Amino acid sequence: MNDWVLIQSLVVAVSTGTPVVLAGSGAILTQRSGVLDLGVEGTMLIGAVSGFWVTTSTGSPVAGLVVAVLAAAVFSMIQAVLAVSLRANQVVVGVALVILGSGLSSFIGSQGDPPVARRFSGSIFTPVFPESVHDWPAVGPLLLSHDPVVYLSWAFVAVVQWYIFRTRTGMHLRAVGHDPASADAAGLPVSGMRYLHVALGGAAAGAGGGYLTLRLFSDWFDDMTAGMGWIAVILVILASWRSLRLLVAAYAFGAISSLGFTLQLLGWNIPTELLAILPFLVVYLVMVFVSAAERRSQMPASLAEPYFRESR
Amino acid sequence: MPQDTELAVRTIGISKEFFGQSVLEDVDFDLRWGEIHALLGENGAGKSTLCSILAGLYHPTRGEMTLAGAPYGPHSPHAALEAGVGMVYQHFRLVEQMTVAENILLGNPDVPVRMTASGLADRAREVMDRHGLWIEPTKYVGDLAVGEKQQAEIIRLLNRGVKVLILDEPTAVLTPREAEALFAALRNLADQGRGVILVTHKLREVQQSADTVTVLRSGKKVAHQRVEDTTTHDLARLMIGDDLAPGSGSVDASHATGDELLELHSVSVVSDAATRPELDGVNLTVRAGQIVGVAGVSGNGQRELAEVITGLRTTTSGTIRLRGEDISSQTIGDRIKNGMGFVPEDRLTRGLVLGLEIEDNVLLRSQRDREFSIGPFLRLSAINQWARRLIDGFDIRGVRKGLPISVLSGGNLQRLILARELSRQPALLVASEPTRGLDVGAAEAVRTILKAERGRGVGILLFSGDLEEVLGISDEVVVMYEGRVVASRPASEVDVAQVGRWMAGLT
Repeated sequence: MNDWVLIQSLVVAVSTGTPVVLAGSGAILTQRSGVLDLGVEGTMLIGAVSGFWVTTSTGSPVAGLVVAVLAAAVFSMIQAVLAVSLRANQVVVGVALVILGSGLSSFIGSQGDPPVARRFSGSIFTPVFPESVHDWPAVGPLLLSHDPVVYLSWAFVAVVQWYIFRTRTGMHLRAVGHDPASADAAGLPVSGMRYLHVALGGAAAGAGGGYLTLRLFSDWFDDMTAGMGWIAVILVILASWRSLRLLVAAYAFGAISSLGFTLQLLGWNIPTELLAILPFLVVYLVMVFVSAAERRSQMPASLAEPYFRESR
Repeated sequence: MPQDTELAVRTIGISKEFFGQSVLEDVDFDLRWGEIHALLGENGAGKSTLCSILAGLYHPTRGEMTLAGAPYGPHSPHAALEAGVGMVYQHFRLVEQMTVAENILLGNPDVPVRMTASGLADRAREVMDRHGLWIEPTKYVGDLAVGEKQQAEIIRLLNRGVKVLILDEPTAVLTPREAEALFAALRNLADQGRGVILVTHKLREVQQSADTVTVLRSGKKVAHQRVEDTTTHDLARLMIGDDLAPGSGSVDASHATGDELLELHSVSVVSDAATRPELDGVNLTVRAGQIVGVAGVSGNGQRELAEVITGLRTTTSGTIRLRGEDISSQTIGDRIKNGMGFVPEDRLTRGLVLGLEIEDNVLLRSQRDREFSIGPFLRLSAINQWARRLIDGFDIRGVRKGLPISVLSGGNLQRLILARELSRQPALLVASEPTRGLDVGAAEAVRTILKAERGRGVGILLFSGDLEEVLGISDEVVVMYEGRVVASRPASEVDVAQVGRWMAGLT
């Protein structure tokens, strides 16, 4: 019985963690280029509403996800133009984007015929493998019961990790994020790299937002991300800009978040308000230990610093 | 190496203005293949600007350039690099957080799209073998010594097929031995047919290592000669513009030294038990009216010594007394109050706040004085008057109302720090590398100020990598090696050769 509870809470952790895994892995790409994208929360909201609109109009969750990704990538270009080309303060731009994304998504949600907010989703992502394999002991629920976006997120995490450390462009990305002046001197297109990785980060955040409406909630409502974008940004730092660690951190976060249900199922009686802050406490503690133990900081040295070639 | 013409680089009438202010005026400059060409001038003479134009960082306001006889006008450092012109800046264009191999191969189109760390290292080794230079490729650049970083930078440029190599003040950060190795490497590159431009304000380097010299003064070319046809004295006059001879620091023994001001008794600093201590039982005394010069190869404990005395670092054991009072555990603020002044080695980051105006900078360390504040409020007119007095008294030039001090030149920034520290009338002044990076005239001005303060009874502890400076103005010379004081003698009793042996750990 307790095994069943454990496994179920892990399965819940995977599904609640997936938006964070997607948005966080994207944020790793963006931050590795030296741009601090605090607007993830707003970008996810744009992805969520645009994906829901398209899916409820066309009946295809795949089309919805594609549009969510594209819309979010376009939205993140606001960050790129302001932070990279106009060298605005990235913290201010990021926070403003959260507010803009929230407002804009609410506006979009009130449009359409019928309005997006009143639509019901008839079609969402469904598990890839047939029901019969879901009941296989352990591996069934843990590995084989998921929808395509979960598998996509796993592939994305692996690709991001491989890309950053094992490809030439990934090496260039790290150079641009640590030391844009040196990267520039080596002939790397600093602004181009930053635009590209802001767009990739935005696209991934859009996929995370889309997953909320196209699977997790199967519905759209105002400000439905409820802080997931911020958690993604926090976990990027906790995972020291490595996507595999981010995956573990996001699932751990999801598991601790769902601990309340688990403990209630097990008959414990702990105030839910206390349980709600538990994930954050754990995250902070782990963060302290991880960063203390790390020999060489992976933090992009010029994170949040605009680059201007002729500054003296 | 293919050579289209005898001339590697030619500039014709190059001018450059920044915000309407002329920095370079009508400069003609020729570099031949196979020569080391020194570009000599004081700070602000336009050397770096000229090189930055050649390297594609700045665009000339007027004038033309050719490279190997063909028109040349790079629109970016990358374009210059593609054309075969590479520059080693004072701040290396290396990513500290990445390995030597990654840095050398950064932006290199031959690197495969998919790669591993060991594959990269192998490639980097190949490159280094080809050019006869060697730095362990798997090391992180941030862990290298300065000389090694510089070599890595040169290897990086050579790997990009550089035919013209420009070095901006390359020896400013090197120990004498590292500098020798650098010049040997440069000679080798020139012998292979490359053109080398060496930007410097050190006359001795020109004489030692260059074939040709071009002298710039206030943005204009004043001479272009073969080095063998000139003397140090000629070059100094061309560079400075009058007959002021550099390095006239003779010891005047006429002043009396007074009581002990600063006494260190077996001071040790051990930050990591596994390595040798940063400081190992240092004993040291500075008397009133005395300059004690600390010599040593960089990294032998001088920085740590300056830091424990000024309070930036805590001692592991031993006592530090200032005027008889144990200050070992005092805060920086208390030490300042007790009469200590400090000119930090890294004046731009620790000594001044570059983004602020001069009034704010002179106020640092004095911000709580009655004279300048009433409770939490600042007395702006008193502060302004005081800043004015310092600007006049120490001849700080280039100050503009409303502009941050980052517009000042290195020499003026150093004078500003000295003005601030000395205006507090300290009993003891700890000066770390007060003339580093300054041109001959500015360095001499700083030394004159130090000597004048000694005459007024201030005790000065001088840290300097310039051995001639240490011997030139100190009364007492202290030599450090591996965290210990290995010799302490009156300056009149030692010579450069002897001190050099002590610095190398010989007896």
